[in-house]
Amino acid sequence: MTAVAPTRAPAARPDPRRTLRVGGFSATYRRRQLVVPLLVLVVLVLAAAVSLGRGDYPISVLDVLRVLVGAGDDTQQFIVLGLRAPRIAVAVLVGTALGISGALIQTFARNPLASPDILGVTGGAAVGAVAVIVLGGTTTASRLLGGLGLPAAALAGGLLMALLVFGLAWNQGLDGYRLVLVGIGLSAMALAVVRYLLTRSTIQDAAVANVWITGSLNGRGWDQALPLALALLVLLPVSLALSRVLGALQFGDDTARGLGVRVPLAQAVTVVVAVALAAFAVSAAGPVQFVALVVPQIAVRLTGGSRPPLLAAGLLGALLVVASDLVARTVLPETFPVGVVTSVVGAPYLLWLLVRGRRRTTL
Amino acid sequence: MTALESPSTTATVRLAADGVRLGYGDKVVVADLDLQLTDGSFTAIVGPNGCGKSTLLRALGRLLRPTAGSVLLDGRAITSTPTKEVAKVLGLLPQTPLAPEGLTVADLVARGRHPHQSWLRQWSSDDEAVVTEALTWTDMVELADSPVDALSGGQRQRAWISMALAQGTDLLLLDEPTTYLDLAHQVDVLELVGRLHTERGRTVVVVLHDLNLAARYAQRLVAMKDGVLIASGTPAEVLTEQLLAEVFELEARVVPDPVTGTPMVVPVRRLR
Repeated sequence: MTAVAPTRAPAARPDPRRTLRVGGFSATYRRRQLVVPLLVLVVLVLAAAVSLGRGDYPISVLDVLRVLVGAGDDTQQFIVLGLRAPRIAVAVLVGTALGISGALIQTFARNPLASPDILGVTGGAAVGAVAVIVLGGTTTASRLLGGLGLPAAALAGGLLMALLVFGLAWNQGLDGYRLVLVGIGLSAMALAVVRYLLTRSTIQDAAVANVWITGSLNGRGWDQALPLALALLVLLPVSLALSRVLGALQFGDDTARGLGVRVPLAQAVTVVVAVALAAFAVSAAGPVQFVALVVPQIAVRLTGGSRPPLLAAGLLGALLVVASDLVARTVLPETFPVGVVTSVVGAPYLLWLLVRGRRRTTL
Repeated sequence: MTALESPSTTATVRLAADGVRLGYGDKVVVADLDLQLTDGSFTAIVGPNGCGKSTLLRALGRLLRPTAGSVLLDGRAITSTPTKEVAKVLGLLPQTPLAPEGLTVADLVARGRHPHQSWLRQWSSDDEAVVTEALTWTDMVELADSPVDALSGGQRQRAWISMALAQGTDLLLLDEPTTYLDLAHQVDVLELVGRLHTERGRTVVVVLHDLNLAARYAQRLVAMKDGVLIASGTPAEVLTEQLLAEVFELEARVVPDPVTGTPMVVPVRRLR
């Protein structure tokens, strides 16, 4: 029996379930599940426009929006689309991928404190990236890694590590608790490897590696955006298609099986999609801290309901990274990695969640 | 083991355990057990703690794969039937089902329609009618918009039974649905389950601890000890002083229940 002492106020504003039926298609929705993502999208566009306008050559928000719809003069077009858009595109894509990844993992693990980090994605990616930075071209192995480039090494590291976590945690299906513990164990080992590499490195390499570990958008462009965009093109529809099954999966394995869900298969697909999303995001911008952890919980509180909504989480993730990047570039010194800002927003929120921890948590 | 199994005469067997051996890892919990559950029956599985009754129920509900033998649903091995097909015929209520925080009763009951839905057809007018009916029938309409985690234990169990009803299955397996409830709510829940059987024609299998309530609501009792089926039959056939001594190591008198006439166990002391 779960300890229940919810002092949760009864649903303050009733938001009844509505039905949508078009031809053979039918589904239910609540008003807030539509309104919240739309509002977030509007704010995201505005934040992106502000961000695109800031820099050595300031452009007003209106002019940026004009450029975005195809108008504006050539100089503005070049600066907005040619110079600044790639970075913002990476921010949007990374945030979207991390937000959805976090929502998937938290629903799967039935734990608001779960995130792709505990699946070893971040740790593995860090090992791959730091190895490339630190070992440079000194050994054959690292020359091979270096040939792939840093993002590819990070992607490979993240996926390999997640595979390892997955393999060790699998026991006739996936148990969220077991997965979390295995993930924490292996992440600690990955951190040890990273620390070992850093102590062996030159101070310059260590500085570069440290920025990467924090998560940064500096110097990111279309080369990073394109693979991530392609990954999202495949993984986003799969995530949304999973939504219905996640609705049953959140009840616990026995009930989900009773409802006719092929639980091990559904769990495996969910985790694989979440891991892939996180790995591609991390390979593009480094492990931008706390986005995957915090955003799904903000999303579920905004939309109501019993689990993080995928679309809203993706949009909010994009907003958090774009806004944090804006702060990092304008309020703080130019080189500040965006991961520092997301942490500053994320860490207090995590603490607040923990303080409110008397609410039911399955872990 | 003596042949205490009394196969019913004409009714069709819906669910059967055919020589099932059940266990976790190397540990065998239930050894080579046969059990047949006929259409429209109400069976209670009783036995001391750790006798394997919940394990048996899990296997009957395809939550646990037998290491030997098989469970047959309508004559077909349940483990080789697509789980979604099973979910349209057989519903189950785990012992302590987990409802996510913030989920409303209406959402919970609506989830019972899952096996009948597809990605395209997520909420048909059928679904809506069935859920409304299930809420009405279980007297949960007024609580439909309350979060499940804000309900009392008895209300919560009603909500879950409402979900099982919305699933629309002929068979329903319940694992100790009265756990953690006070006596009044135990009676309330079993009344509801009894009505599912009598009014809705459901075939019900329930694991119960309380022998007197089991005898009162079930038509048939199955008594287990150490993973072995010791006795099966009507409550009067099964609940004898001799069996209580053998299965529960309990010295007891069995008297007629003053309300229903079913056997009522009055414990004297623990044997041994």
